[in-house]
Amino acid sequence: MAVTPPERRIWWNEPIERVELVWIVIAFLWGLFMFVFMIAWHFIGQQNLSKEAYRIAPSAYEAKVDDFAKKNKVREEAGIPVAKPKPGSDVYILGRLWQWWPILELEKGQSYRIHLSSIDWQHGFSLQPTNINIQVHPGYEHVISLTPTQSGEFGIVCNEFCGIGHHTMTGKIYVTEPKKAEAEQRLADGR
Amino acid sequence: MTAETVIGAVPAKAEFRTCQYTGLKVDVAAQRLIIANAVAAVVFLAIGGLMGLLVALTRWPAVHLLPADWFYLILTGHGANVLLFWIIFFEMAILYFASAVLLNSRLAAPKLGWLGFILMIVGALATNVAVLQGDSSVMFTSYPPMMAKPHFYLGIILFAVGALIGCGLFFATLVIAKEEGTYEGSIPLVTFGALTAAIIAVFTIASGAIILIPTWLWSLGLISDIDPLMYKVVWWAMGHSSQQINVSAHVSLWYLTAALLVGAKPLSEKVSRTAFFMYILFLQLASAHHLLAEPGMDASWKIVNTSYMMYLAVMGSMVHGLTVPGAIEAAQRRNGFDRGMFEWLRKAPWGNPAFSGMFLSLVFFGFIGGISGVVLGTEQLNVLMHNTIYVPGHFHGTVVAGTTLAFMGATYIVLPLIFQREIVWPKLAKIQPYLFGIGAAGISLFMMGAGTLGVARRHWDMTFSDASIGFAHSAGAFLMMGLNGIFAIIAAIGGIIFVLVVVATAFFGKKITSGHKLTFPLFSGGGAVASHYGSEKAPKLPGTIILVTIFFVCFVLYYFINWKYLSELWLFR
Ligand code: HEM
Ligand SMILES: [Cu+2]
Ligand SMILES: [Cu+2]
Repeated sequence: MAVTPPERRIWWNEPIERVELVWIVIAFLWGLFMFVFMIAWHFIGQQNLSKEAYRIAPSAYEAKVDDFAKKNKVREEAGIPVAKPKPGSDVYILGRLWQWWPILELEKGQSYRIHLSSIDWQHGFSLQPTNINIQVHPGYEHVISLTPTQSGEFGIVCNEFCGIGHHTMTGKIYVTEPKKAEAEQRLADGR
Repeated sequence: MTAETVIGAVPAKAEFRTCQYTGLKVDVAAQRLIIANAVAAVVFLAIGGLMGLLVALTRWPAVHLLPADWFYLILTGHGANVLLFWIIFFEMAILYFASAVLLNSRLAAPKLGWLGFILMIVGALATNVAVLQGDSSVMFTSYPPMMAKPHFYLGIILFAVGALIGCGLFFATLVIAKEEGTYEGSIPLVTFGALTAAIIAVFTIASGAIILIPTWLWSLGLISDIDPLMYKVVWWAMGHSSQQINVSAHVSLWYLTAALLVGAKPLSEKVSRTAFFMYILFLQLASAHHLLAEPGMDASWKIVNTSYMMYLAVMGSMVHGLTVPGAIEAAQRRNGFDRGMFEWLRKAPWGNPAFSGMFLSLVFFGFIGGISGVVLGTEQLNVLMHNTIYVPGHFHGTVVAGTTLAFMGATYIVLPLIFQREIVWPKLAKIQPYLFGIGAAGISLFMMGAGTLGVARRHWDMTFSDASIGFAHSAGAFLMMGLNGIFAIIAAIGGIIFVLVVVATAFFGKKITSGHKLTFPLFSGGGAVASHYGSEKAPKLPGTIILVTIFFVCFVLYYFINWKYLSELWLFR
């Protein structure tokens, strides 16, 4: 056999090569840094996913969203209501096969309590092109305080596979400039 | 009590041959099982890989090959065939090799090995049948409440039971080898790595049983409800730790290949073994990083679990990332390639597909799969790419450019040593790892790019032409998906060459007789290095230091770029 004599040393007693030791220390410190940075972002960062969530029966959630849409409807688009809620208020979005419902109109720089849930399968709330991606489950109502920092038209795509119509599942959020909104408000008041 | 009485088998008289290249004593029964599992693996790679190409061509907007229902069906088949069947069949071959062959031992209860093999084949077929029947396009993750046909789940369960038997044989063979004194001192590092993989596999399969058996009963109508969130927590205890099996397995193959081809010994056995051990200790908690965008998960739970107790498992991989090239550098310098920083690397056996496969796997796994994995698994950063096509981008870096490429490279060693056939078409074999590697790296990077621009994963139509509310992705996103299609073709060509070379070699390759000179020679004495315990002594490694420095700089830069992206998002808490 082409064998060198076996080296029978006990492995935990051997010295460690210097380069290895230095690299291990670097890797450890970097890991420690990344660990601390995640915690730090909860204090210094403005993007942390909320953990506020409730169990809810899909039918109960559907009723809440219907109610919300009815109360805040300002117009309709392709048969879908556009809801314009008050800044700071509770806003409901429903994921179902295959639609994000209703369409929202929000104001830039204002914070909203966005509720997310599904009434059938899991869906993926994917706000584009901003690229905020949140998983949506049936039976769980997830509440997120969201503040738009851009104005314009934003798409909601579904990025959790939800059956044959998955790629047709979209929604929309309009974000208006505060000035324009204020102006409209003044107009409305003046009328 | 012998290992046989524990597993209830009758001790058999084993038949051995001695390998003329490595000096290892090979149990012929083990050899047959290795061949069977490797062949099955390659068959499923061929099927699954072709499905991958179809998927990529459909996602190329200008081609858009398959209709929607076929796309989701084929994508489900792709995930199952490559991630489960190809990888795990090959891992069974690795387990038998690393136990019986490397330890010069007979394999415990080969008959049970065949039972396991048959269960795995039956399971894989049942799942494929369910997928092809068309009512089970639920993706390999099969998240409820979406439901597949019962035999979809049953197939995976049978497959897992078969794999569990294989792990049992591996443990029993270690015990037999120890009892019968077929090796001296500690088990070799490669076997230690395989042991890590087998231990994690047991945990993995247990988690799989806990979640898939109830899900199967649910599909039969015997259970009324599966909580979708609970399903994910347990499913990913299987889904994630099975990736740890892959990492342990392919890192073991890196060490094996380095030993057999350039005579590389680990820099220090202690460090490399501890790094493997960290996988066992710290990765089991990592299913959390699949749940970062889920409702109701506590931030401290996420942080503790995604940092795997301060990234100790990532540290394990970073350590291998230094010690594997370091061991190669040390060995090459000893072999006389000692000039300058990088003569050792330039003069490495790049023309040997086993080496090029291994080294490209090492580079791609670290730079693409590893770095993107840490970023994706960071609590807040996850929101940037959760469920976008960035995710498949990341894991094609780990499991395709990393694991699959490493397995392909190792196959070029297994063919002459275990199949005992000379590799046919050596010129094609030589370029194969480069083609597949570049293709795989390309699809990983371009999917990551498209994901960063918001393209969804598992999605048939990025133009949303059938949606009632339209949405348009940026031109950059379309470009990325087109490039992804082009590199998918390159990867597929590499994959097809691999399958052809393996099949042709297995059936028509020249039988290797004694005194035959291999087309792709091994390092003389490499077999001893691979199957024994021993560290390199006081090496100088300037080249490796430069390589890991480059790696570290890329890592840090990419990490902070993503925090910058995150800070530009809308505010949420
Ligand atoms: C020719 C080689 C390959 C190509 C071109 C390819 C391409 C792709 C593409 C384009 C996707 C779809 C992404 C999406 O729409 O979500 C995908 C998914 C996937 N691929 Fe591959 N792939 C290849 C090989 C492999 C291999 C070898 C593995 C595993 C070892 C693998 C594992 C997966 C998995 C697990 C998924 C996810 C399936 C799912 O989302 O359910 N692929 N692949
Ligand atoms: Cu959906
Ligand atoms: Cu969907």
